Amino acid sequence: MRRHLKWLILASLIFSAGRAFSQDASSERAPDTMQARVMACAACHGQQGQGTDNDYFPRLAGKPAGYLYNQLLAFKQGRRVYPPMNYLLAYLPDPYLQRIADYFAQERPPFPSLPAPSVGADVLARGQMLVTSGDPGHAIPACASCHGAALTGMEPAIPGLLGLHSQYISSQLGAWRYGTRTAAAPDCMQQVAARLTEDDVTAVAAWLSSQPAPSSASPIQRGAIRMPLACGSEPK
Amino acid sequence: MSGVHVRAFHFISRFVCLGAALGVSASAAYAAQSSTDVIARGEYLARAGDCIACHTVPGDKLFGGRRPMVTPFGTLYTPNISSDKEYGIGKWTAEQFYTTMHNGRSRDGSLIYPAMPFGSYTKVTRADSDAIFAYLKSVPPVKQRNKPNELRFPYNNRSLLLGWRTLYFHEGEFVPDKSQSTEWNRGAYLVQGLGHCAMCHTAINALGGSSESQAFEGGLIPMQAWYAPSLTSNKEAGLGDWSTEDIEALLRSGVSHRGAVYGPMAEVVFDSLQYLSADDIRAMAVYLKTLPQRTADTSPAPVAAGAGANNSGSQTDHQYQLGSKVYDAQCAVCHGAMGRGKPPDFPPLANNQSIQMSSAVNPIRMVLIGGYAPGTALNPAPYGMPPFAQILGDEEIAAVVTFIRTAWGNHGAPVTIKDVNDLRSVPAE
Repeated sequence: MRRHLKWLILASLIFSAGRAFSQDASSERAPDTMQARVMACAACHGQQGQGTDNDYFPRLAGKPAGYLYNQLLAFKQGRRVYPPMNYLLAYLPDPYLQRIADYFAQERPPFPSLPAPSVGADVLARGQMLVTSGDPGHAIPACASCHGAALTGMEPAIPGLLGLHSQYISSQLGAWRYGTRTAAAPDCMQQVAARLTEDDVTAVAAWLSSQPAPSSASPIQRGAIRMPLACGSEPK
Repeated sequence: MSGVHVRAFHFISRFVCLGAALGVSASAAYAAQSSTDVIARGEYLARAGDCIACHTVPGDKLFGGRRPMVTPFGTLYTPNISSDKEYGIGKWTAEQFYTTMHNGRSRDGSLIYPAMPFGSYTKVTRADSDAIFAYLKSVPPVKQRNKPNELRFPYNNRSLLLGWRTLYFHEGEFVPDKSQSTEWNRGAYLVQGLGHCAMCHTAINALGGSSESQAFEGGLIPMQAWYAPSLTSNKEAGLGDWSTEDIEALLRSGVSHRGAVYGPMAEVVFDSLQYLSADDIRAMAVYLKTLPQRTADTSPAPVAAGAGANNSGSQTDHQYQLGSKVYDAQCAVCHGAMGRGKPPDFPPLANNQSIQMSSAVNPIRMVLIGGYAPGTALNPAPYGMPPFAQILGDEEIAAVVTFIRTAWGNHGAPVTIKDVNDLRSVPAE
């Protein structure tokens, strides 16, 4: 992310009413709800965080609040790089980020019907194997070994993997490999992503995006499964 | 249009000194304070000066420096000003610190690049400088070496600063105007000194200096593609017809019934102004309200000139119709069918000075990248404007910005598709 003249920070972008303000002003107030406060998020993530047709804007709804909070904080602090998000969150207090995370974690909108992946059956089979069984020969743990057998994530900080576009999943795995997405040390996803080949990434993303909606969208309880590697974001 | 072009390096602004010296009796009283009080006072003053914005990388150790400052002349990296004896200012004396604040010279006598706003800080009293120094010496040491600047030739030659200083630097502590109230003088001291407001709100020239005759008349901020509006023109953010209460609310909470802060000013409120006392904010508002108000719009008109000349009547009609349609679909839910908003959280657009300014950079960028008002103690859960870059094309954004600049009696000029396209590629920041 580019840094600029931070000593030139006094641009007052003041949206002010004019001379006839007292006559023209609306007495109507903005709704005092989180839904109204997160309208800035809805343009890309959907009003309930269900995601949109855009391949790169993820579903937020139902992911654990701890995970969503970690991501908001990482964007705010620049540990996860995407300028439009870094900019939006730069001046929001951490307790408010927690409220935003809580809001989307509680939402349960329907899952989208995603486009069928345009890969062959062999690729999908490789993806299914990596997600459900891993590749012990290359020290790749199964996605399900941390994200849950139903792939709906685990409290407090492991996200669900369903309802996401394949391009989003592959771009995130790439971001870990290239260091534009980082998590608290030990950064287990960085370790896993580094062991995947390009073909592995394509296969995992394609198979995950082809899966039907889970019967329950909620993440499993904290500590419900014993994870194969240590993750700084997920307390033991 | 000049929206994404850097005009110059805005180093400092100059002010007219106002009268006799301040501070001898204040120093005596200050000396009697306990060191804890001095440190607390120094922390408060460091907030007023917004030291943290430049000398701390967000999320990193306090005052560890190394924050990059991208300028037209290359990149500067701010120094470590923590109490570390090797890499910070742990071995400095209060005298040396005052020389830096007051005269823009470092401990070894070298000239400091005016990215450090010593042109404003020179107005800070010795007592206040000493308090800030005492506070900085009290923060934990950060063992982090300074990063060398990456300035291009010839700007990497510090001796050139001598010429610049001759032109643009006027050394001298703030001198109160005895014809004004104590409150006004306190506000002037904060705005002109630690607040260094003129760094953005005064236009700059090709040498990176600014003219005192244009103080607070507004200007495009180099490298940021945001326009800092004039505080003296009633057609921009001129404060003459604002109530003192609205100015106070804007500065301290980030929102007011007259509008909200976005972009770079959100950072100022977030890092600095929200921490100031109600009395000090009120003093600043009292002073700002007395800045000379000019009804003539003295700002450059980069967007308006091109747009007005190139648009035929029917094109303008088409643009207005399209803009009206986009507005009803995307904007009216918050800003209201008649642009009245739902203040303070959804700002009004009708009769909104900021939208009608000659420079359309700010409204175009707000539509492209959106933005949250800063979260502050008085407004801890702010509302936000969505980004529309991913939803609306350049033609639609040009149309809707033209619409809000000309509907409901607004008197702005149309904007072109190219104006929008030029700004679309500027990263959000």
